[in-house]
Amino acid sequence: MEFLTIIQILDSTIRLATPLLLACLAGLFSERAGIFDIGLEGKMLMAAFFSAAVAAVTGNVWLGLLAGIAASLVLSVLHGVASITFRGNQLISGVAINFLASGLTVLIAQDWFKQGGRTPSLFSGGRFEGWEWPFAIGPADAAATGQPVSRLMAEANPVHQVYSELLSGHSILVYFAFLAVPATWWILFRTRFGLRLRAVGENPAAVDTAGVSVVGLRYAAVLICGLLCGIAGAYLATALQAGFVKEMTAGRGFIALAALIFAKWRPWHAMGACLLFGLLQAIALRFQNIELGGLTIPVQAMDALPYVLTVVILAGFVGKAIPPRAGGQPYVKER
Amino acid sequence: MTLMKSLMGAAASLALTAGAALAEPALIFDLGGKFDKSFNEAAHNGASRWAEETGGSYREIELQSEAQREQALRRFAEAGANPVITMGFAMADPLSTVAADYPDTKFVAVDVTWLEAPNIRQIGFAEHEGSYLVGMMAAMASKSDTVGFIGGMDIPLIRHFACGYAQGVKAVNPDAKVVANMTGTTPAAWNDPVKGSELTKSQISQGADVIYAAAGGTGVGVLQTAADEGILSIGVDSNQNHLHPGKVLTSMLKRVDVAVYEAMKAGEDLETGVFTMGLAEDGVGYALDEHNAPLVTDEMKAAVEEAREKIIAGEISVASYYENDSCPALSF
Repeated sequence: MEFLTIIQILDSTIRLATPLLLACLAGLFSERAGIFDIGLEGKMLMAAFFSAAVAAVTGNVWLGLLAGIAASLVLSVLHGVASITFRGNQLISGVAINFLASGLTVLIAQDWFKQGGRTPSLFSGGRFEGWEWPFAIGPADAAATGQPVSRLMAEANPVHQVYSELLSGHSILVYFAFLAVPATWWILFRTRFGLRLRAVGENPAAVDTAGVSVVGLRYAAVLICGLLCGIAGAYLATALQAGFVKEMTAGRGFIALAALIFAKWRPWHAMGACLLFGLLQAIALRFQNIELGGLTIPVQAMDALPYVLTVVILAGFVGKAIPPRAGGQPYVKER
Repeated sequence: MTLMKSLMGAAASLALTAGAALAEPALIFDLGGKFDKSFNEAAHNGASRWAEETGGSYREIELQSEAQREQALRRFAEAGANPVITMGFAMADPLSTVAADYPDTKFVAVDVTWLEAPNIRQIGFAEHEGSYLVGMMAAMASKSDTVGFIGGMDIPLIRHFACGYAQGVKAVNPDAKVVANMTGTTPAAWNDPVKGSELTKSQISQGADVIYAAAGGTGVGVLQTAADEGILSIGVDSNQNHLHPGKVLTSMLKRVDVAVYEAMKAGEDLETGVFTMGLAEDGVGYALDEHNAPLVTDEMKAAVEEAREKIIAGEISVASYYENDSCPALSF
């Protein structure tokens, strides 16, 4: 395999891992505070729709991003009200959010745009363009030399290839997602807020005894979750794609949950898991069937691998995945 | 109360018989949805044309899941719709059971040609012939001698498209490389533009500079990314040239709209049996309009037109993937 091919697969990995990573960190905040959230998928979908819709109407992608985040926050508050204030079942609330988003996005899209549940295609200004770093090989060089970018890239030296293909040229949300990993680690493990947030997921009664509001902390966690899901959805609709189509999240919220379990609810490991799952997808996209010493691995096996790995982890073959102890249980102050 | 009940019952049965007497046609869209800018949208266009021209009305449903197929068929047949037009190969199984239960209703199956029933009009298209022509155009437009193909769900029909395309490419340039990918193996593959985009980027990095998408809604992502990255794409089923003017080389037209229009026009007197619409019947073809005029050279037009006539005359034979489930020009 050529060096450039590997770089290109890694480049694809980064693009595919970004929505997973954002959703995974979103789930991390929520679940660390004891609120299971299987509504990641629905929040991303809702954010994808509203970001694309507002970006299409206003022509401003930043307004789109804000709208996407707002839509996702609304669903988060809904999840919070159902599972924190009214102490409902968190899983059922999550499922309801997924159904709600799946139906509502298409319904509103049809009513607003009359294009069969999609938004109009976004043009420049309405999208997050790739951020070309200085000295990276890009369309400008292609125009100057009259050669296609792919040929210029193939002729460049390896360091320049890594710089131009792998590091440069992603949308700004990608860099944000990867910066969010150390930020999450720092917030959770180096701040007072993070300590309390983790404690509320392990033993809310102890936090309550210390005079800290369990409900407040859990709401904060759920809102951070909504914020990150909103960015993930906006990334799908306005950076990876140019518009919303129905069910465009295509199960990425669930893969993010799988990654979260795989990472055993830790930020750096979450990044590793998301990159691994992204890499599996990228390889599956690049090669239809993989020949390994006479053995042919069909593309379907690669697609199923994230789920298989999660089951292996859950079954306890590779260490034990222990969720936050108070996860899934509504906190009742007095009985 | 009982009087009310019987009155309402009478009114309901009256409404039912009135509906039956009119015998509206019905149209069942496949999972891609009515506005997929491709296969199903072509059917919608044909039906709208019929409705505008005749002032008639028709019933329609967009399927949301596999389980609804048989249910929708039975609902329309029970309601007296005639003919009931279905889209896509996946309707074959439900049709084979439902059609026998409603011998007086006529069914139309687009993309199905293998059922045995007296009341089904089965319409197949010679997609390989149309794909052959756009394959020739792709090879002539390509500067890197590498072209791409992105299919939706990995089914024989889509391989049939890919096979005709690859043969067309090789006819122009025997040394050209065809990179072919399928989006997936489940119906979700018809509606995953993100994956379509990523496949496009992967093919571009392998050198492809013209990419043919036969992937329903996924193709929207393919065409978008191709336009973003400054290469050419080829649309499918409907004329998709207008989606990115100057960036879409052409579209392989599959005149599903004509098939639906004619079925609706014939109404209850519809002729049943198996029909194949190829180049000779104008059932498939390639799109030329103001959006792709600057991209298509006279040389291309002449070559493609010549090949079209030769295929109709039988001088060129385009191998069909269905014949022995393999393709002479492309391995999957």
